[in-house]
Amino acid sequence: MAEFIAYLIAGIATGAIYALAAIGFTLVWQTSQTINFAQGEFVMLPAVLVLLAIKLFGAPIWLGALIGIAAFLLVFGVGFKLTVVDPMIKHGVLPLAIATMALSIIMKEGAKDGFSAEAQNFPSFVPSQTISVFGASISLQHLAIIAVAFAVIWALQWFVGGTRLGRQMQATAQNPTVARILGIPVERMVLLTFVINAALAVVASVLISPIYLAKFSNGEVIGLFAFIAAIVGGFNQVRGALVGGLIVGIVDSMAAAYISTQYRLAVPLVLLVVVILLKPEGLMGRKEERRV
Amino acid sequence: MTAPATHESLQHESLPQRSRLSLPAFVDGSLLTLIAGAVILWFAPVGMGRYGTYVLSLWLVMSVAVMGLNLTLGYAGLKSLAQAAFMGLGAYTTAILTTKYGVSWYAAFALSGLLTFAVGLVLGFPALRVKAHYLAFVTLAFSTLIWLIMRNEQWLTGGVFGISNINRPEFLGIKLFGALEFHRFVVVVTFILAVVLWWMIRSPWGRAFTALRENPIRAASLGVDTRMYTLLAFAIGSAYAGFAGVLYAPLVEFIDPSPFSLSQSFFLLLMVVAGGSGYLLGPFIGALLGVVLPEWLRFAGSLYLIIFATIVMLLLIACPQGVSGLLERGWAKLSGKAGAR
Repeated sequence: MAEFIAYLIAGIATGAIYALAAIGFTLVWQTSQTINFAQGEFVMLPAVLVLLAIKLFGAPIWLGALIGIAAFLLVFGVGFKLTVVDPMIKHGVLPLAIATMALSIIMKEGAKDGFSAEAQNFPSFVPSQTISVFGASISLQHLAIIAVAFAVIWALQWFVGGTRLGRQMQATAQNPTVARILGIPVERMVLLTFVINAALAVVASVLISPIYLAKFSNGEVIGLFAFIAAIVGGFNQVRGALVGGLIVGIVDSMAAAYISTQYRLAVPLVLLVVVILLKPEGLMGRKEERRV
Repeated sequence: MTAPATHESLQHESLPQRSRLSLPAFVDGSLLTLIAGAVILWFAPVGMGRYGTYVLSLWLVMSVAVMGLNLTLGYAGLKSLAQAAFMGLGAYTTAILTTKYGVSWYAAFALSGLLTFAVGLVLGFPALRVKAHYLAFVTLAFSTLIWLIMRNEQWLTGGVFGISNINRPEFLGIKLFGALEFHRFVVVVTFILAVVLWWMIRSPWGRAFTALRENPIRAASLGVDTRMYTLLAFAIGSAYAGFAGVLYAPLVEFIDPSPFSLSQSFFLLLMVVAGGSGYLLGPFIGALLGVVLPEWLRFAGSLYLIIFATIVMLLLIACPQGVSGLLERGWAKLSGKAGAR
């Protein structure tokens, strides 16, 4: 039982990270129909940039973090939208999806060649201690990840549902044409979702890197699981992405502990296929209409 | 360059000069390009050395896999992320059959093709159940599962150590051990497979595939059996990946799981789109970009992948139809023809 609780907490913690990446993915998908295959790399890179800023400028951690994060938001929030998505979006989803695959190669190889092929320690903002809950030893880092990730997701939900700007964003996501007629600056709203996506990736990166270490190849696994999370939850829903992320995180943690470490990756994938067959629109998703 | 299949039948009527060349009516630019290409590639490796010849052969082998994906994606509009996994299935089947059971390469070729076709059929069923882009996710899962099996089931696949000493086939009693001899064998097989595909796309089947891509619901209302054609397009495309694997195994003479991972499937998708999806010769250009361009960029050392990805990204921003689309636009401009795509 104690063991089970420990695995559960660890699963929720990684699941919260997947949820952050998956929510950004769904936001971008909703407002611009863009499938970002570089989503995993979006989570990998901020940590590398922070370390790079610390190394290049000899800056203290907080300044390095600020520089790295600002650079990331500018290039991969605003820049990504303006230089890659805008020119390509009118030609359909497929070339754009391929372009994001190319982008993921650039980000991954860039991190490898520009920084290091080795995994690097990333500073943690909580001490690496464990506390005992019901006899299970639970790492403080996991608890901190859960707390921060949920706070961020809650803040996002509040922003989307409770503020004027957020509601304009939601309207854009649901129907850009009507939103434009209502006088909502649709372009600016779409740009905002890209910046929010980048910001969520930054949060996920800073949270996970103390545990996973900052490494160029981290994006592959995170990206794959974030996609699975988004599909399982239903990728026209922020809430769905959260639920999907948690399910995938917990299933992955349990599979590693109780089934097989070798086939650990297979279990969430089987889950994915089962969900697709039984409820193709995702657990929390709504059906999309088909057009003739 | 070749016209997209959608316009193939139209082109027939709009190009009267074809009758002046006293060629049979079915001969078109794509077929002539394929024949010319095969002749050039037959002689191309002379003086290129072993490694250059190997890269040429590898280009053709990858072209076969990309051709299959071009059928599923470019003509039938089905997004598959398992092409490299199917290639692995073909390569491992061939390697296991020829090294462990002494089966001849030709029998292994047929069996691998059958197997990948059958698995493609089975995997296609979920695609019928749900909306089109979910096929991408089902194939993604399949791709990862195959990779896990290749890596973990040591008794069958050799695990991370792979399978070595894969023999090259014979042809009419001639052993094809040398790089040049095997290259010519690859040229012949690739040519045959390309012509089969060329024929298929011009046939009523091909038109049905295209109708499927353009609008599945409309195709169904016109009486196209969408279920059957979806499955067929996917299964044939998968079988082409299997054939590519059958050629790949004896070409490299050693296989392990890494060339058949999910990222390789992404890479094949990249080749289809960058080469020009829905163009018959697109796969060759795409594989040229994916296989030969990185070789040319070797001088850049570890930066070559970044340069490669940047080129692909800029290319797609400049021309989302890929190189074939770019060439077609250029050709249309040169010949002053209006109305090309």
